[in-house]
Amino acid sequence: MKELIVISGKGGTGKTSLMSAFASLAENKILCDADVDAADLHLITAPDVRQQHAFQSGNEAMINPDKCTQCGLCRELCRWDAISEEFEIDAIECEGCGVCVYFCPEKAIDFPVRTCGEWFISDTRFGPMVHARLGIAEENSGRLVSLIRKEARDLAQNKNLDLILTDGPPGVGCPVIASIGGADAVLVVTEPTVSGKHDMERVIELAAHFKIPVMLCVNKSDLNPDTTEEIEAFAKEKGADCLGRIPFDVIFTKSMVKGQTIFEYEGNSEAGNAVKAIWENVLKRLSA
Amino acid sequence: MIISVASGKGGTGKTTVATNLALSIDAEEVELLDCDVEEPNAHLFIHPVFEKTETVFTAVPQIDEEKCTYCGKCGEICQFKAIVVISDSILPFTELCHSCGGCVEVCPEHAITETGRELGVVEEGHSNGLRFVHGKSRIGEAMSPPLIKKVRSHTNPDKFTIIDAPPGTSCPVIAAMKDTDFVLMVTEPTPFGLHDLKLAVGAVDILNIPRGLVINRSDMGDDKVREYAKEVGLPILMEIPFDRKIAEAYSRGDMLVEVIPELKEKFLELYRRIKEITGQEEAK
Repeated sequence: MKELIVISGKGGTGKTSLMSAFASLAENKILCDADVDAADLHLITAPDVRQQHAFQSGNEAMINPDKCTQCGLCRELCRWDAISEEFEIDAIECEGCGVCVYFCPEKAIDFPVRTCGEWFISDTRFGPMVHARLGIAEENSGRLVSLIRKEARDLAQNKNLDLILTDGPPGVGCPVIASIGGADAVLVVTEPTVSGKHDMERVIELAAHFKIPVMLCVNKSDLNPDTTEEIEAFAKEKGADCLGRIPFDVIFTKSMVKGQTIFEYEGNSEAGNAVKAIWENVLKRLSA
Repeated sequence: MIISVASGKGGTGKTTVATNLALSIDAEEVELLDCDVEEPNAHLFIHPVFEKTETVFTAVPQIDEEKCTYCGKCGEICQFKAIVVISDSILPFTELCHSCGGCVEVCPEHAITETGRELGVVEEGHSNGLRFVHGKSRIGEAMSPPLIKKVRSHTNPDKFTIIDAPPGTSCPVIAAMKDTDFVLMVTEPTPFGLHDLKLAVGAVDILNIPRGLVINRSDMGDDKVREYAKEVGLPILMEIPFDRKIAEAYSRGDMLVEVIPELKEKFLELYRRIKEITGQEEAK
């Protein structure tokens, strides 16, 4: 069984559109949406939710005003400035470190488990899918990503599936680190813009840091052919496999509006043929 | 006055709006803070000259094994599994540390002091008189909110501060938007854009900050973003139609207001509308 994570550094380069297109092409696979912060893959795959679970992670400090003597020790110890002068805790600032809970002389601070979101196992017309929704303004996105990746892996094993296709988050921080650790490969989807190139360099560096093999493709490649060349040259130099280019094509937006993959929207398009070629290269690299 | 530019979905044009708005306003009046510290991009468009660079650290434990009795209290208080004590050995996993200081406080032997883990750098400079600050996280660093807060600590209260926020709806974007006076949301009129806009509006509303919307590539998808904006009372302050010329200019790092000078007036109008909504300027 292989696990491929699609990442980009910069947002909006086409990760999820490409993932959906791959969902049309790949066989015997499970889909996993690890962009738990702003998940979009379900807008195309229209999952039929089979299992729904609360995601509980970490704890949240809460002061019991009946027991609190307002001694101020918690405010002194809290490094997040999460406790107000009225001895109320700002849930958004609270890091869940528990230091106030531990040291409160009156044992006046409760520390209930925090429910930070939900995760789902679903059926889709492309096969099973594991996905999640982090609560708005919540923390622990990395832990939620780790959890759904594990669930996807378990499910793939149970169902004898060959491939886990994971849609990753943008950036290079906590949820991205949780998305790529231990994966067989990442596919970086970038675009030939100054920001796409800059962010691609950082995400390739991140993958190298965690020793994950990198494949790369350039979306909207004809917007700036010179930058496309530079991106591929950089990637090659860093040992990444350049799998191909996808021309700028409104078919991605048009199919998205219809809730379809580009192949469902139109059987034969220039962008679609480019994606097919890239997908064949992905399969070759994964089985090498 | 501080505004943050946010979107939920990445790649909708936050940086385009933040940089072009900043460049349209008199440089004396405005400053730009790029708080997308994982993938900062604004500097690629405004080409600042950096005058100051500061490396930012977060506190992590350092153990004096001479003093440690392996009592295990540090491992017990740590909620992040960043210190593990097993019989007569103690292992700090500083990459997991959230810098709460609990272990230092709880150690009866005073065997734990703090050292630094690098979060990244904050750079400060100018571009044609425009003050610019950004942060860049260290590759491999998971935590970005402390670095975002550090960038924000450079805010000059006398200026109109524009914060370019990271995508998403969780802690990094909250750190960038919290306690700002206005959130300028940028989206594209597609199903992904709409879905993530709704999440972002949810986050802004938790923080109780006034908000307005810019629709980028406004002629490319459908009408659902406009319908939603109307439904939740999110004023549409500006629309930027798709233009291949704009996309190509962006790809080179060229500024919109330089490629299409007429847009400068539209950005100034956007500035006026924001000031109107926040009560900084009388409605006309």
